[in-house]
Amino acid sequence: MIKGNFIDNLPKVYGIYTGGFLAFIIIMAIAEQMGMSAKAIGICFVAFTVAIYAIIGYLSRTAQADAYYVAGRQVPTVFNGMATAADWMSGASFVAMAGGIYFKGYGYMALLVGWTGGYVLVASLLAPYLRKFGCYTVPDFIGTRYGGNLARLLAVIVLTVASFTYVTAQINATGTIASVALDIPFQYAVYVGLISILLCSMLGGMRGVTWTQVAQYIVLIIAYLLPVFWISNKMGAGFFPHFMLADEVSRIAELEAQFGFVKNSAENLKEVPKGLAGITKAHSAVNATPWAFISLALAMMMGTASLPHVMMRYFTTPSVKAARKSVGWSLFFIFLLYSSAPMLATLSKLSLIDPSLPTGIIGKSIAEVQSIDWYQNWNQANLMFVSDFNGNGTLELNEFFMGGKAVVLATPEIAGLPYVISGLVAAGGMAAAMSTADGLILAIANALSHDLYYKIIDPKAETAKRLVVARVLLVVIGFAGATIAAMEIQGILGSVIWAFDFAMSGLFFPLVLGVWWKRANREGAIAGMALGLISGAGYLIWVRNGGSGFLGITQLTFGIFGSAVSLVAMVVVSLITAEPNAATQKMVDEVRVPSGKSILGKQH
Amino acid sequence: MSKQAQHWEKTRGLLMVTLAIWFVFSIGIFLFGAEMNEVTGPFGYPLTYWFTCQGSLGIFVILIFWFANRQEKIDEEFGFSERGDD
Repeated sequence: MIKGNFIDNLPKVYGIYTGGFLAFIIIMAIAEQMGMSAKAIGICFVAFTVAIYAIIGYLSRTAQADAYYVAGRQVPTVFNGMATAADWMSGASFVAMAGGIYFKGYGYMALLVGWTGGYVLVASLLAPYLRKFGCYTVPDFIGTRYGGNLARLLAVIVLTVASFTYVTAQINATGTIASVALDIPFQYAVYVGLISILLCSMLGGMRGVTWTQVAQYIVLIIAYLLPVFWISNKMGAGFFPHFMLADEVSRIAELEAQFGFVKNSAENLKEVPKGLAGITKAHSAVNATPWAFISLALAMMMGTASLPHVMMRYFTTPSVKAARKSVGWSLFFIFLLYSSAPMLATLSKLSLIDPSLPTGIIGKSIAEVQSIDWYQNWNQANLMFVSDFNGNGTLELNEFFMGGKAVVLATPEIAGLPYVISGLVAAGGMAAAMSTADGLILAIANALSHDLYYKIIDPKAETAKRLVVARVLLVVIGFAGATIAAMEIQGILGSVIWAFDFAMSGLFFPLVLGVWWKRANREGAIAGMALGLISGAGYLIWVRNGGSGFLGITQLTFGIFGSAVSLVAMVVVSLITAEPNAATQKMVDEVRVPSGKSILGKQH
Repeated sequence: MSKQAQHWEKTRGLLMVTLAIWFVFSIGIFLFGAEMNEVTGPFGYPLTYWFTCQGSLGIFVILIFWFANRQEKIDEEFGFSERGDD
């Protein structure tokens, strides 16, 4: 059936894979009708998909440095787009994003704009030039462009701080899903999640991660879109929700005006379990100041362009031209999910609050709501709560509380979809969290093994030894991440946003100016990275400890302050020190031209 | 001016245009979010709401493909495009 080169057969291979996955969903649906338990279906979905990823990871094993670090630089544009989309969309995007939109409306949707607009910066400012450079990692670019071990080391430090903040959140998410689907305690589920993650990346490095990420994208996009379309059709809201929910959006605004947003007293709120929230913000009205919206979007955009696990995906394309196109495809595949999240939030909210719909619970008696099956299930899972604060026996809008994850996880059940969909959603969430965790762990391990170990500590190491070091680091970093994740220090979304701020504080300007400003030199880059990271982190600590902040920069947007300091420091220090030598300037000229040899050789 | 300098000048021009469009749809329009939301946008959604959930996102996708094509043209014009195809 499959002849010849693997790369030439990719559409066929993944076509068969997609067909197989759809067949698996149908088999599960039939099994459910025949009486298979919900728990067994959940286990089947997670176990089956993780087993497939592990097989792909094993088949992609390699002993060559360029296959391990950059997948042999032969990933076609569209497939690299899918892999980047999976790399990018984390457990947070999948599980928590629709919930964030549901509760916070417009103010939260700055994240949608920020997490997509950043790709314009990636495509126009960085990706093609870093691809031409021929580096294996992001610090590889910094180290070669500016020269010297200190610049390289600082880049490794910024990368590690940002990516490690991010990866604990992802391992946490795989643990949450594994613990629900497999019904085991969270502390163990975290390590089950970790082993699944390592199975994809251990043997094949970037090559293994690339081909598993494509497979994971296919699972996660089916798992996100199928329920959205199904629910929309079942509610009679329109067969293509993205174009047809205007009436539903205005109906929500009408109901909001009718119910009003009643503020609960602090005493009443004490009753509500931690992590649950009520609907207190308008759905489609503008509920944030322009600067609050713009600063958050801007921080996320600049963070996107500085996060190394995204940038290194564009090192795997066959050419500079392909790297540019591939950014477009990445954003297209991301767009498919991001544009669906607000639709899911709309459907979910309307189905719960509209008294004229059979699923609506507002306006029903409290006792009636408490006797609904799905309410009991999700109340037990600590994701839903109602309480009769005003004692009138009827559920009001301000008396209903829900966890952010429930929007994605519970809406299919509320809308009366079969359980097989919930199993599918669990598999999708697992795929989203695993693919991002893999990309991040690999980014850290590669930076440490290539830049710290090979380039700084032992430049004479042989390929075999380098790859052993890379794999050992992969496992060590994975376990360190899982150990911290098991402690459950902070929520999933908060730490994701911090990662963007750390990355932009330390790396955005050193990367961009490295290509676009020939005069930028080593001293400037060192000052930019060090002062950017220190001032960003300092601002975060200050605000976290009760500092008032300034210019409306919050703990979610501290990167704006960090990167501004980084820019000023880099420009000032570059200008007061000597300009880069002729060889460096020539190197920058070569980077700016797509044709010709890359700066760094194929094996370096 | 050398061929390379001309190529870079055009590339920089394209960057400026791309960033200007990017700025309008990621930052500029949201300065007027509240006013714009009074207007009915595509498919009947309030206009600002539509931009945050589809409009800006879709424009970014198109913008990147447009940018990639323009840059390829510039590279070809100066004979800097890569040999071989992807």
